[in-house]
Amino acid sequence: MTAESIQNSAKGKQVLMMGTCLCDAFYVEAAKAMVEVLEYLGVEVVYPENQTCCGQPAFNSGDWKSSRTVARHAVEVFKGDLPVIIPSGSCTAMHKHGNLLQFENEPDLPAVKDLADRSFELIDYIVNHLGVTQWPGKLDAKIAFHHSCHTRGSGTRPGAQTLLSSIDGVDLVEYGQGEQCCGFGGTFCVTFPHISGQMGTLKLDHLLENTPDYLVSADLSCMMHLGGLAEKQGRKLQYRHAAQILLYALKGGAID
Amino acid sequence: MYASKQPIDSYASKMTDEKRHSVYDGTSSGTYKRYSVLFKDYEDPDALRKLAGKVKDHTLSHLPKYLEQAEKKLTENGATVHFADSDADARDTVLAILKKHGVKRLTKSKSMAAEEIHLNPHLERNGIECLESDLGEFIIQLDDDIPSHIVKPIIHKNRNEIAETFLREGIAEDLNNDPETITRRARSYLRKKYFEAEAGITGANFVSAESGRIALVTNEGNARFGMAPVPVHIVLVGIEKLLPRDKDFGLFLNLLGRSATGQQLTVYTQFVGGPRHPDQPSGPEHMHVVFMNNGRTDVLKSNCREILRCIRCSACQNVCPVYRQSSGHAYRSVYGGPVGAVLSPILFGDRFAELADLPKASSLCGACNEVCPVDIPIPDLLLRLRDKAKVEKVKSVGALPMAPFAVLATSPLVWRTAMTASKMMNHLPIQYTPVAPLQNWLNQRTLPKWQGGDFRKWMKGRQSETTETKESSKSPSND
Repeated sequence: MTAESIQNSAKGKQVLMMGTCLCDAFYVEAAKAMVEVLEYLGVEVVYPENQTCCGQPAFNSGDWKSSRTVARHAVEVFKGDLPVIIPSGSCTAMHKHGNLLQFENEPDLPAVKDLADRSFELIDYIVNHLGVTQWPGKLDAKIAFHHSCHTRGSGTRPGAQTLLSSIDGVDLVEYGQGEQCCGFGGTFCVTFPHISGQMGTLKLDHLLENTPDYLVSADLSCMMHLGGLAEKQGRKLQYRHAAQILLYALKGGAID
Repeated sequence: MYASKQPIDSYASKMTDEKRHSVYDGTSSGTYKRYSVLFKDYEDPDALRKLAGKVKDHTLSHLPKYLEQAEKKLTENGATVHFADSDADARDTVLAILKKHGVKRLTKSKSMAAEEIHLNPHLERNGIECLESDLGEFIIQLDDDIPSHIVKPIIHKNRNEIAETFLREGIAEDLNNDPETITRRARSYLRKKYFEAEAGITGANFVSAESGRIALVTNEGNARFGMAPVPVHIVLVGIEKLLPRDKDFGLFLNLLGRSATGQQLTVYTQFVGGPRHPDQPSGPEHMHVVFMNNGRTDVLKSNCREILRCIRCSACQNVCPVYRQSSGHAYRSVYGGPVGAVLSPILFGDRFAELADLPKASSLCGACNEVCPVDIPIPDLLLRLRDKAKVEKVKSVGALPMAPFAVLATSPLVWRTAMTASKMMNHLPIQYTPVAPLQNWLNQRTLPKWQGGDFRKWMKGRQSETTETKESSKSPSND
């Protein structure tokens, strides 16, 4: 694949973007990068105005009644035939798996199932559904990729590895205990503060071993937790969503 | 420093560094050994565990049939089969067997089923001396402690502590923490006890319904030593331990050793077909098999029935980051870690409210499901139990109220307004806000800068820009 053939390789495709609450509140640059990356591939991105959250916080807390209310709202907001692309393995897993669990005995399971079938995490979509396995441009950076737990067994993990390591100049570094959870876990991090902090600190010890320039993941939530811990502990850690790395490479290594 | 209201978190926060290191080292080394041997020996270990899950699932769906078959075969083989419905029934059944044979002293090979029904104290109250023969369990018994791990009961102790126990109990004359010396001392102490015993109690790792054969695995040979020289062998086993056929042993024993300790097979694997035949030179004359229900049929009826596939390998405990930080004792039940967090609240159904916090002690990272040799979807089951606790209105400490969140997340206008307004947080001294969850976050972490509303604004501008471009590019043709 040449740079020219990658650009506009998905011309004419239209998708719905689910921005996630974290992008909505904190990570504007990651959300913008997602749009620009998809547009580079020729995809038209539509952002439904009424979107809020996938309902995962309530789901994980065990309040499935509240969670189903939020999920129903999402089903309504993202109705139609278009794929729903999400810059988060975690919210995607909520659509694809969590919702199926909590709607098991509900009459509107088919609608939920339809949303599940149309939902894709961004990197998984680019690599495994648009078939883009190489990324053009250049970025001189040492990157530690965090396999978030919600991308276990999904197409995101190998996809991200393929795509990021194909970038000219990118050095994808391995580190110890890559499988271990960072300790975020949604509300877990504030209801089990001690264990969460210990897990995160251990993760940081391993991640920082090879002094990467960036921690990169398909989930901003893990990185928000790890980044916050590192800053509080006075350890240097820069993190970016995988989409931002793709965008930097397209811009020839220009970093915001 | 922070409010830790969840019992497991609170327990973990008070653990000594020494204990935490013992648990962490023991569990993480188990995980790596498991990983290396599975992937060395099998091209697709995942397919293997999925198959094992299916075999177990099938067995559980036809449990009465297989139990009947096993009972018939065991009886034909010369064993006596008992069924115990509750924990009390199981204890009484074992006690009655021992009394019938006039047993005063017995050795026990590690059995989670016996731990589950607190068999030892019951027997001791009734004047029967019961010596644990698994090295770890033996030390637990000396310390009047309880096991904290399924396969390594004393994962929470290091060799210095064990050396101290041995000195205190007169098993050693000096304080020697060399593992080999410790093991030799325990061995010479235990060896003569086997010959003094009048009965041996073991569990069973698997029971074949086809032949009534029982599979027992140990690394110390203590199970076979415990049963071989005694006249009475009692097998205490949960009804879920059945396998349909003898040939299933191959699949399950291969998975069990690798998942539990990273061994291809454990050092000792034995199959017990029944009591001694008249033409056999030695072995117990009497074999009693006690099939214990103790809540298992209730679990089968629940929406967490998959947990009964468990073969007690402890791979989920070893890989669980929460267990690694807290140890099995934090789970306040015989089964700790992910399997315990599911099993305990439903198996001991009358204690559901008291144990309903266990399923919350997980970041739902999914590692437990990934390593489970019988593919139990543990995170899903944890979530179902969280829902059950909420539906049954079990009081939950430190839980965040989610109803207001649902209102906010279903009112798009309010949501957008709140997002934009949240930028105020950048200018407020939020570190002083008396909201526990926020404090629990900020005590250890910083928050990124709030940028609520900015993306939507950018996207709107971009979309109208695109529309304008489209419009202007259309205009010539419109002319």
